[in-house]
Amino acid sequence: MAGEESMAEKVLDIRSMTMTFGGLKALQEVDLSVRQGEIVGLIGPNGAGKTTFFNCLTGVYPPDSGDILLIPPDKKAIRLNGLKPNKITEKGMARTFQNIRLFQNMTALENIMVGRHCRTRAGVLGAILKGPHTRSEEKEIVSISYTLLHNVGLGQFVNEQAKNLPYGAQRRLEIARALATDPFLLLLDEPAAGMNPQETERLMDLIQTIRKSGVSILIIEHDMRLIMRISDRIVVLDHGVKIAEGIPEEIRKNEMVINAYLGTDEGAA
Amino acid sequence: MARFSREKILSDFRQSILVSVWFMLLTFPIMVIRVNTVQKTVQWKWERMLMLGVGVFFLSYIWRYLMERKENRPKDEDKIPWNQRLLSEKKYFYPFISVVFAFSVFLPFFVSEYRVNVLITAMIYVVLGLGLNIVVGLAGLLDLGYVAFYAVGAYSYALLNLHYGINFWLALPIGALLGALFGIILGIPVLRLRGDYLAIVTLGFGEIIRLILENWGKFSKGPSGIANIPKPGIIGLEMNRSQSILFIYYLMIALVIFTIFVVERLQNSRLGRSWVALREDEIACQVMGIDRMRTKLAAFALGATWAGMMGVVFAAKTSFINPASFTFMESAMILSIVVLGGMGSILGVILGALVLILLPEELRAFSQYRMLIFGLSMVLMMVFRPQGIISNVRRSYEYHEPAAAEGD
Ligand SMILES: Nc1ncnc2c1ncn2[C@@H]1O[C@H](COP(=O)(O)OP(=O)(O)OP(=O)(O)O)[C@@H](O)[C@H]1O
Ligand SMILES: [Mg+2]
Repeated sequence: MAGEESMAEKVLDIRSMTMTFGGLKALQEVDLSVRQGEIVGLIGPNGAGKTTFFNCLTGVYPPDSGDILLIPPDKKAIRLNGLKPNKITEKGMARTFQNIRLFQNMTALENIMVGRHCRTRAGVLGAILKGPHTRSEEKEIVSISYTLLHNVGLGQFVNEQAKNLPYGAQRRLEIARALATDPFLLLLDEPAAGMNPQETERLMDLIQTIRKSGVSILIIEHDMRLIMRISDRIVVLDHGVKIAEGIPEEIRKNEMVINAYLGTDEGAA
Repeated sequence: MARFSREKILSDFRQSILVSVWFMLLTFPIMVIRVNTVQKTVQWKWERMLMLGVGVFFLSYIWRYLMERKENRPKDEDKIPWNQRLLSEKKYFYPFISVVFAFSVFLPFFVSEYRVNVLITAMIYVVLGLGLNIVVGLAGLLDLGYVAFYAVGAYSYALLNLHYGINFWLALPIGALLGALFGIILGIPVLRLRGDYLAIVTLGFGEIIRLILENWGKFSKGPSGIANIPKPGIIGLEMNRSQSILFIYYLMIALVIFTIFVVERLQNSRLGRSWVALREDEIACQVMGIDRMRTKLAAFALGATWAGMMGVVFAAKTSFINPASFTFMESAMILSIVVLGGMGSILGVILGALVLILLPEELRAFSQYRMLIFGLSMVLMMVFRPQGIISNVRRSYEYHEPAAAEGD
């Protein structure tokens, strides 16, 4: 693992992002970056603003201020502010959701096939005429999706509706669906929530495999054991403010982090 | 055992008595009091009240039985539904479709002209239902103003023919295109809204189009409508009335087949999947890289296309149109077809259209109670089979996995 300061290029660079909901400051001038091939952990107590951070990044909410730069490997940086979620995904950043948001009544395979949408072209006429191009594209969608389904270990659920899958499988399916969009940066929001220890173990293997395939990862997780073992670097949020950043060993010993988690800071009443 | 316990029997009995008394009170004014306006007397038909009471009493037992069965039904979800087998397995599908086709081709020779006309209407509704099914069933956009596009199609044929003498065959694609165009024009402002708001605004738009047709007399001839719209013909072939009805009948068979073909392909395409994804979860759908507005507009426009096309056929069939043919009732009817048949299911929508259009014709004797039966069956449907007559089944994909794929 690239433990110490690696010199790889940045793929994500966020400068001073602020987000408010009415009077509530959900994020205050947060800086964060992810380097190529890195796994960055984003932690913090409940309500710290982690999910909001993801939502701002992916265009679900517009941040009040701050710059979000996405830098595809070997390409120029793209400013994501103001782009629609689908455009952002097209640029190469995909995510999963904390409260699973699969397409419940579609099959597992179809869920992943939807993820291929932004990498394929067939339109209305293509669908109706079903020419050779559309046919081969469709075939490719199925084969790529099937491979992804297999890679996350859900091969047996191909034609099963998403809502009928066990909980852990649904979380994996969300990861496969996100991967189907061909991202170079993957955002995972509490992927281990609700999983038992064995499932969590398998999830860690999966995340490592994804990283090895060249995808950088930003992961939110409450499971400290997982986050400490898997992350190259950890960023800690509390009440919308970044209170610490460093390698897992530093974070483990950091006074402010311990206080935030034990709830002894003066801010929380 | 609990089912036959003494308490249960007593409480069931009490409940049924209560329900029947309630019904008797509720229907008292319409069932019992009969005012004879000529003799200025009031007749009291008590025997009717008694009959109703007894009837409701027994019906409530049936109702309770059905409810209990519904709750205790074992979950047999592993079984492949018959409708899926019928459509996906070739050995059932081809015989089935040939029989249906042969039946519908020869049917007109065995029934009256009036019946043929009713069948044409039913097929028009099949296509309308399939069109609206794209919008409501697949994309999940509740459109209560669908009839507006039907009107656009009908008026475009009537007016183009009136002013420019454009014939049916040219009007058919023009009507479809104008339907799509209006779908886009109306869709752009409306589709930013969601759920109930969308329903209300589309309802409004539907009414606006009708009101324009009613009041802009110079353009549309107002409430008096447009008459003498020519029926479709083939150049050099003179057809009398019954021949041209027969001709429209076969034309509609062709159009129904065409519609099923296109809608089926759309449903199983990249676009069709994005519609369903949009229906399932709008935010996740966007985050997965699907342009929300574009996908919605495509659904709206493609749905409207069929309405536009059917408008042209409708105008040609009746040879007279006026705004009264395009009221909200019409939208409600088409929506009922989709909901009753089964949202998202092609076979379901076809059955829904046939049931809702043909059955009332067969039950002419009960025509006074038409709306009552209609409402009642809708309520029963929603209670016992909310997924419609035929529920939508997701397509299964076969894929031959690569030899060494067992990874983790
Ligand atoms: N759409 C919204 N409108 C108003 N307030 C919101 C909204 N979304 C989040 N918040 C608030 O912003 C704060 C941060 O929420 P967020 O969901 O980002 O926390 P989190 O760090 O993900 O917490 P958890 O660990 O519980 O998932 C919370 O106080 C929350 O109530
Ligand atoms: Mg969260």
